[in-house]
Amino acid sequence: MAGTAGGSERHSRVAPYLLIAPGILWLLVFFVVPLITLAQTSVRVTGEAWWDGYVRALSNYGTQFSRSFGYSLLATLIALGLGYPLAYFIAFRSGKFKNLLLGLVILPFFTTFLVRTFAWKTILNDGGPAAWLLRQLHLLSEGGRLLDTTLAVVGGLTYNFLPFMILPIYVSLEKIDRRLVEAAEDLYSTPLGAFRKVVLPLSLPGVFAGSLLTFIPAAGDFINAQLLGSPNQQMIGTVIQNQFLEVRDYPLASALSFVLMVVITIGVLAYARVLGTEELA
Amino acid sequence: MAASQEPSGSAGHPVARLLARWFMDGYAMLVLAYLFLPIFVIVLYSFNKPAGKFNFVWKAFSLDAWRNPFQYEALYEAMKLSLRVAATSTAVATLFGTLIALALCRYRFRGSAAVGLLLVLPLTTPEVVLGSSLLSLFLDLNAPTGFTTIVISHIMFSVSYVALTVRARIRGFDWTLEEAAMDLGAPPFRVFWKVTLPIIAPGIVAAAMLSFALSLDDFIITLFNAGNRVTYPLYVYGARRAAFPPQINVLATAILLVSLLALGLTVLWQQRSLRQRGGALPL
Repeated sequence: MAGTAGGSERHSRVAPYLLIAPGILWLLVFFVVPLITLAQTSVRVTGEAWWDGYVRALSNYGTQFSRSFGYSLLATLIALGLGYPLAYFIAFRSGKFKNLLLGLVILPFFTTFLVRTFAWKTILNDGGPAAWLLRQLHLLSEGGRLLDTTLAVVGGLTYNFLPFMILPIYVSLEKIDRRLVEAAEDLYSTPLGAFRKVVLPLSLPGVFAGSLLTFIPAAGDFINAQLLGSPNQQMIGTVIQNQFLEVRDYPLASALSFVLMVVITIGVLAYARVLGTEELA
Repeated sequence: MAASQEPSGSAGHPVARLLARWFMDGYAMLVLAYLFLPIFVIVLYSFNKPAGKFNFVWKAFSLDAWRNPFQYEALYEAMKLSLRVAATSTAVATLFGTLIALALCRYRFRGSAAVGLLLVLPLTTPEVVLGSSLLSLFLDLNAPTGFTTIVISHIMFSVSYVALTVRARIRGFDWTLEEAAMDLGAPPFRVFWKVTLPIIAPGIVAAAMLSFALSLDDFIITLFNAGNRVTYPLYVYGARRAAFPPQINVLATAILLVSLLALGLTVLWQQRSLRQRGGALPL
């Protein structure tokens, strides 16, 4: 057997498979197989054509689908606009406070997601501090509301997934060799030019990963829409949850879920093509 | 090459540059404040004495909720269930995930790329799809949903996180150390115990903490597979209809404090073990 000398190399034919077996079996049985049963359930229609669930899913819930993708796209763009400068600040300008700031970014993870969203409800309440402040500044009319609006839902989505945007961008910025930036500036590049030609391209893998980690959970989320929005802001996740757990129209519910997954997978692949990164996996 | 007469990065008016810099720094601080605001509200409202059943409007300062954090039996039970689920799923997922990470870092084998892909896929699938597809499996099998199915689902999504975290931490490990130990006559178990484990331990601990936190926090996947069991997030979800007592905020604050404490302790421990290793290994 070729390769470096060493006792443990002998086992390398079987050992890796033994090591991965329990975890991979778990993922196969409880991740891959369920996707297959989901597909099966979606076509197990009685009395109608097998595609009936899909017809109803797309004809009745097109609004919720497009709303989900629209909201999460918006939330992803805002998160990028908020997260990139913060990631840049932490990577390049925070000095000895770097670890503290990183800690603050992941602080939201240590409080329950649902409780955080309820906190936004408290903040945006009709009698709450944000509405009061905006009324004082005449930015919100007397009867105007913050809660139950698209703004509240998109703001909540942005908030919840912002750390997932910041951390990958930070990691990719952190890896950049500072001498490249210095070289660009030595060659008379403006700071903005150096950023555009050196820093930004090198941070794209982080932007790619961060955008996916924001967009995907946001598209399937229904907590923000349920707690911060009205029925006018209902997203597809609410419909799936409702059909699965309340109405129990399983073919329709499974079809909705399957369509969501397929659309997202296609979107991810297209996006990976455009940015041309292989950061995943 | 032109001699660099100007100091590097001197393009642009200095005052304009300074202002731009201040603007960017201020912007970053505002984003941090945005991240921090709801957490501040959660902690603040744990000291509220709400007028009615819903702790959404500030009324008066009070320590009542902190004095009786377990006043509501159902909330207490929900928290206990969440901790049991988190402990069980973390133990299993940490073991499974670490073994996968070891295999990926330690061996070259056919199918390792597929394993990497299979680990990432659950993270790029919306939770609502993960939760609903698992439920469709349990419905298909006529399996009743409850404690076991919650734990199964939590192990499923945690394995990926653990494997990826541990892999990222031990990628740079110098495996020749193991061989050196064996060459010096150490039996395999001793090699693992004395050489491999101390080096991969910080990564495993970090992964286990992540797994525990994710389990404690998970709502969407749990909602689909909980049956009539109520975890802490599910209790909070139900609370929007009947009553939202400040005790919810007390427990959320307690989770925050315990996590910060655990994080602080591991950072200290890792710094210490790093220093010790720095002295012990002739590298």
